[in-house]
Order: sequence, then structure tokens, then C-alpha cells
Amino acid sequence: MSILFAVLFYAATAILIIGLAYKIRKYIKTPAPLKIPTTPAPTTRSGVAFRMIKELTIFESLYKSNKWIWLFGWLFHFGLLLVLLRHLRYFTDPVWSWVVFIQPFGKYAAFAMLAGLAGLLLRRIVVDRVRYISAPSDYLMLLLLLLIGGTGALMTFVTHTDIVTLKSYLMGLMVFEIRSLPTDPVLLIHLASVILLMAIFPISKLLHAPGVFFSPTRNQVDNPREQRHIARWAIKLESSD
Amino acid sequence: MADVNFETPELKEYPLIPKLQKDVMAHSAPYVAKEEFQEKLGFPGELVDNWQQVAIDKMGELTDKYRSLQVFLDSCVKCGACTDKCHYYLGTTDPKNMPVARQDLFRKVYRRYYTLAGKLVPKLVGAEDLTEEVLDDWYTYFHQCSQCRRCSVYCPYGIDTAEISMAAREVMDTIGKGQKYCNEIIGKAQTLGNNLGLPEPALIDTLEGLEEEVEEDTGVKVRFPLDEKGAEVLLITPSADFFAEPHIDGLIGYAKVFHESGTSWTMSSYASEAANFGMFIGSYENMRKLALRIRKAAIDLGAKRIVFGECGHAWRVAYSFLNTLAGPFDFLDPKYPVPQHICEFTYDLIQQGKLKFDKSENDHMVLTYHDSCNVARASRMGDTPGGQFTIPRELIKASCNHFYDMPGYAIKEGTYCCGGGGGLLTDDLIELRVKGALPRMEALKQVVDKNGVTHMAAICAICKSQFSKVLPFYDFEMDQIVSVHQLVSNAIVLTKDDDSDSDSDENTEATEEEAA
Repeated sequence: MSILFAVLFYAATAILIIGLAYKIRKYIKTPAPLKIPTTPAPTTRSGVAFRMIKELTIFESLYKSNKWIWLFGWLFHFGLLLVLLRHLRYFTDPVWSWVVFIQPFGKYAAFAMLAGLAGLLLRRIVVDRVRYISAPSDYLMLLLLLLIGGTGALMTFVTHTDIVTLKSYLMGLMVFEIRSLPTDPVLLIHLASVILLMAIFPISKLLHAPGVFFSPTRNQVDNPREQRHIARWAIKLESSD
Repeated sequence: MADVNFETPELKEYPLIPKLQKDVMAHSAPYVAKEEFQEKLGFPGELVDNWQQVAIDKMGELTDKYRSLQVFLDSCVKCGACTDKCHYYLGTTDPKNMPVARQDLFRKVYRRYYTLAGKLVPKLVGAEDLTEEVLDDWYTYFHQCSQCRRCSVYCPYGIDTAEISMAAREVMDTIGKGQKYCNEIIGKAQTLGNNLGLPEPALIDTLEGLEEEVEEDTGVKVRFPLDEKGAEVLLITPSADFFAEPHIDGLIGYAKVFHESGTSWTMSSYASEAANFGMFIGSYENMRKLALRIRKAAIDLGAKRIVFGECGHAWRVAYSFLNTLAGPFDFLDPKYPVPQHICEFTYDLIQQGKLKFDKSENDHMVLTYHDSCNVARASRMGDTPGGQFTIPRELIKASCNHFYDMPGYAIKEGTYCCGGGGGLLTDDLIELRVKGALPRMEALKQVVDKNGVTHMAAICAICKSQFSKVLPFYDFEMDQIVSVHQLVSNAIVLTKDDDSDSDSDENTEATEEEAA
């Protein structure tokens, strides 16, 4: 079991990193030939940075759009962020002091995350418009995240796993040493579902995570009259005139 | 195809999100372009034999050329934030008019041929082969999008359905299934200089008629110059301004403003069109060809500035794309932005105190203002973000005593499209146009009931034509839509001919000689 999970973990990490690098490279290499910021848009780079920060931290556009999706989406994402940061304690020794500090917040953030996911799933089932646009993978993605969050919370608050052995196993993986892994089923389900999530990340809608940084309607400066903006392939049209 | 047997939706007091009704607009598709219109633009005359492969290849080409398309196709999480934002969904209740569902018509094919998950487990991730039914859906529903970008405001990733509609239309053009209305018009503009196909003599005739009319009305000889070399300003305006109501009243307004400011100006018969339908079909090349006519006209006439008349998507292409498509404009006067909007031009003069208004001339009207989608969400006026909202309103307030805005959700960046933008302003889509106007009509009804609004002003040729047509369906009058510069025209106080203009410089001499 220790070896199987180690192999899966390494494979998933490789898929995640290589897949994401491939996609991000594609986004960088593909030009944005026209200025298409959704206006009113900032007229300076720093203004754009501020706009992006607002999108990333308070989901500004989503807030304007729909308060329920915003609430559930925000609860989920920031619950997840805290939970992930808390998990750094299993990969560092000694544990960084700020990770120690957020430990209690990170523990209870699991509930925010689960509540957000449940709300999103409920909307997907109940609201006719959202049901119409949902593919099976849209439900499965939420179920997978609920499974990860649910098994995690279960281990935090109910059936604790042998956390010392687990940490030793994870620290071992980081130096390519396979140590023993606790085998209680809740932990194994938790780890297996995380590995699955990592593996499908670069081929699924989870690409919205890198995608949001490359969205021309949000990250372009509104200055087309002041600065000429032209793509490489468009310059070729000019030379052929 | 043009179905006149439809019911105009009822105006509700408050906007409600309708229950979806599948396929209720599946019958609404515009006429397909004939061979001659296709080939003029460099597209195949009819559906090519191996259209599936050509379309799939084109899709790959476009995702390599447009980052927006690539990122937007990958990033959607189907959160549903956009589902109630499209006026065509609100007006028709057809679920394929929800922005995400419209995108998915394209996205499901992209997934099938360009993503691992779509190749391996298509059913699971909603990927589909490009079949004839899918192509029919594309043709139907990508011609039920006016590319107004309202969805992009509310998407957490800024996904703009307009980008996907444009790409889908370009793919369809490439396989020989283009839309008659857009492609015929682009062909006309590329050969005759304007969308209406008005030849130079017709323009001269119209403009002379206008000069006489204005002189009769005001006793002042206001000029409407065409092809005059050495004029300071080249005015590029939608050709609808030359004959349609209320557009033409706007054109009269621009002429009066130029006259009062003592600025020499001219229009061009070679570039007698501000509209650029190349954008609607997503064709960079065709859009560029039209933009280059404007550059050539400016050079040939020796103009120092380029000013655009009231037109929504034209201002998007002008403001956001002109420098890219046909720049750099280093031969123009660097003191002014290139191009300028006529509203910016008039606003600057008002700021400088150079125009006098008698607002009581518009006292028979109570005004509201319709923000045109492309001006609101795809461009700017003035130096600060949001100038595209304040400047036109300032012009209205400078020339009218009574002005009330429609409710906040229906104006500025949240404005609803008129229902006829994006290449849909054609009679074969009249049902769609009427239904798509519903959200705007509801917002208008609110200020009509509450504030006694009698007229709605706009700065877009398509909006003006569309509203003239659809207002009566909702028990309004067709002439309740007015041009912003029509209001300016009514209120502006003209200086009589014999007054010498102290602000004139050497550039205006020609005008004054002619005018004397």
C-alpha cells in the first residue's frame, strides 16, 4: 500500500506539473491580437493589478452577478485555501510558525469548504438553468471535492488517523524514501481522491485557476488610443500589403 | 424563415428570471449568404464537402491566434452566474440563449477534438462530435447573440461570449455557411465605401438637401462638406446617418457643433461608413480592410483629426481596434486622441464654454438614455474609466431640462442590448429582435411610469434603427427614440453668418470662405 500510493502520488504530481506547465505555456504563447478589456477598465498596469486582486480575493464580478453563487463559491475557495495552508504542517519539519498559528482556523475552515460545496451542488440540482448546463463531470467534480473535504474533516474531528506515521510517510516521499503509510480506509480514500483530483486538474475545468490570470477581458490595460497593440501574426498581414 | 406569427412578450413591472423552455427559438435563423457575397470576402460560396474537417482545423487555428478563445474555452466552470444575464434568454426563454449554453455549443466540439478528456470520455464531460445538427445549432444560436458583452461583466473569469460567437461565425464562413445580412453589407462597404451602398452622387445630393433644410430652419448656412481636402476634421459616421430617422437629426447636430466651433471638417465618400461588420463575423482581415479605408481617406484628404459619429460597435472598432488595425496615426495632430468620439468633441467645447444652448427647445421631451452595449462595455470616452457613461449624459443635460436615468441594473456597464446588435438587425430575425428588446423595454416602462419619460436617447445607429422598429410592438411610438446630437441640435444657439468667429485659425479659412 505504501508503494502503490507513492507511485500514484509521484505520477499525479508529474501530471499536474507537466500538464499545467503545458497549458500555461499555451496561454502565454497565444497572442491576444485585439484590446478587449471589459470596460470600464483601468488605464494603468497598477490599476489592472488592483482589478485582478479584487477578482482573485473577493470575486468581484461574481459578487455583481449572483449573491448565492458568490457566497457558496467564496466559502468553498477560502475554506479550501486555509485547509491547504494548514496541511503544510505535514510537509515541513519544524512546522513554520505561521502554519502553527492558522492551525485552528484551518481546522474549522473545513466546514466552510463543505458548506460551500454543498450549496453549489444544491444549486446545480435545484436551479433549472444550472441543471441544464451541467454535464456529469460537473456533478462528479463537486462530489470528489466533497469526498476529499468530508474524509478530511472526519479524520480531523472524529476518527483520527496515525498522524505521526502519516507525516513521516509524507516527509519520506519528499526525499524519495518510501516509509510506512497508515492503512485506515478513511485516510486511503482521502489520499486517493486527492491524487485523482491532481491528475485531472490539467484536463478539466479546474483550468479556471490558471485561466483567470490570462483572461484578456480582465488583465488588459484600457489604453488602445495611447499605445498601439499588435500581435505577431497581424504584423505579417501588414508586410504583405 | 421570417416568422411574423409570434407574441410580443408582456412587460412585467419587475424583471423576472423566466423558466427555461427548450428549443422555442430553434426556428429562428437568418438567411444564409449566397455565393457572390461569400466569395467577395474570400469565403467559399457554399458548404464545402469536407466541412467537418475544415471547421475543426479552423477551430484549432483560432485557438492558436486568439488567447481569449483558448482561455475562455478552457476556463468555464458552469457556475451559472451568466445564465440570467442575456437579453435574448430573458426575452425568449430558450436555454440555448443562456451565455454559457451558447458557448457550450462551440465548447463541446472543442472538447471532443482538442482535449484529452473529450477524446477519451466525451459523454462524461459533455463533449460532442461536430454533426450536421450541431452545425445547425451553431448557425441558429450564434445568430441569436448580439455580442453585447453583458455576460462578460458578470463572469468570474471575464469569459466573453462575443469572442466565441465571433469565432463560431468565422468558422462557419470558412466552411461556406455565412450569414447573408453581414456578408452582403461587408462586401458593399469594401467596394462602395458604405454599408448601404450609397454612391458618391447620392451622398452629395443628400448633403446638399440637408444644407438647404437646416438653412430654412435656422437661417444659418451650416455646411455638410464631402471630400474637402485640407479640412481639419475627418468625420466618419454610420451611413444610416445620411437618411434614417432619427439618425439624420444627429448628423445635423454634429454639423451645427462643427459650425459653431469654427472647425473645418469633411466627410469622405471613400470611407463613408463608421460601422465595421467585419467585427461581427470575427474576421480580422475583413475588419482590417474596412479600417484601412479610413486611414486612406484621412491621408488623401490631409485631415488632422478623425472624429466618429454616433455608432456603438463602430466606436468599439474605432476606439479599441483602429490603432491596431490601421495605425499608427502619427500623421495626425498629436494633440488629440485618435480617434475621437463626436460626444467627446462636443463635450470639450461645452467645457470650454464655446457652445450656447437654449434648453427650453427640448422642453417638449422628458429624456432617458440608453447606454449602447459596445460603447458601455467595450470602449471609453474621455480620460477616465466610465467617461463613456458620463459624457453622453452631460451632453443631454446640457441641452435638456428633463432627464431621468433608467434603473441601475439596466444602465451603464449593466446596460441591456437593444436587441438588434451584432449583425442581427435584419427583418429575417424580427421575432428575435422584438423578444430581445424585452429587458430594455421593461426598464424604459419603469421611467415612463415613474418619471413621465417621453423619449429615449441613444448614440448608436443600430440601436436607433432597432428601437424605431420594435418600440411599437411594446405600445410605444417609433419616434420615442432620438439621437443625442439631435438634442444638441435642437438646443444649440447658432451664431448668424455675419458674425466673425474669433476662435478661428488658418485651418478654418476654407470653410469660412465657402460659408460666406
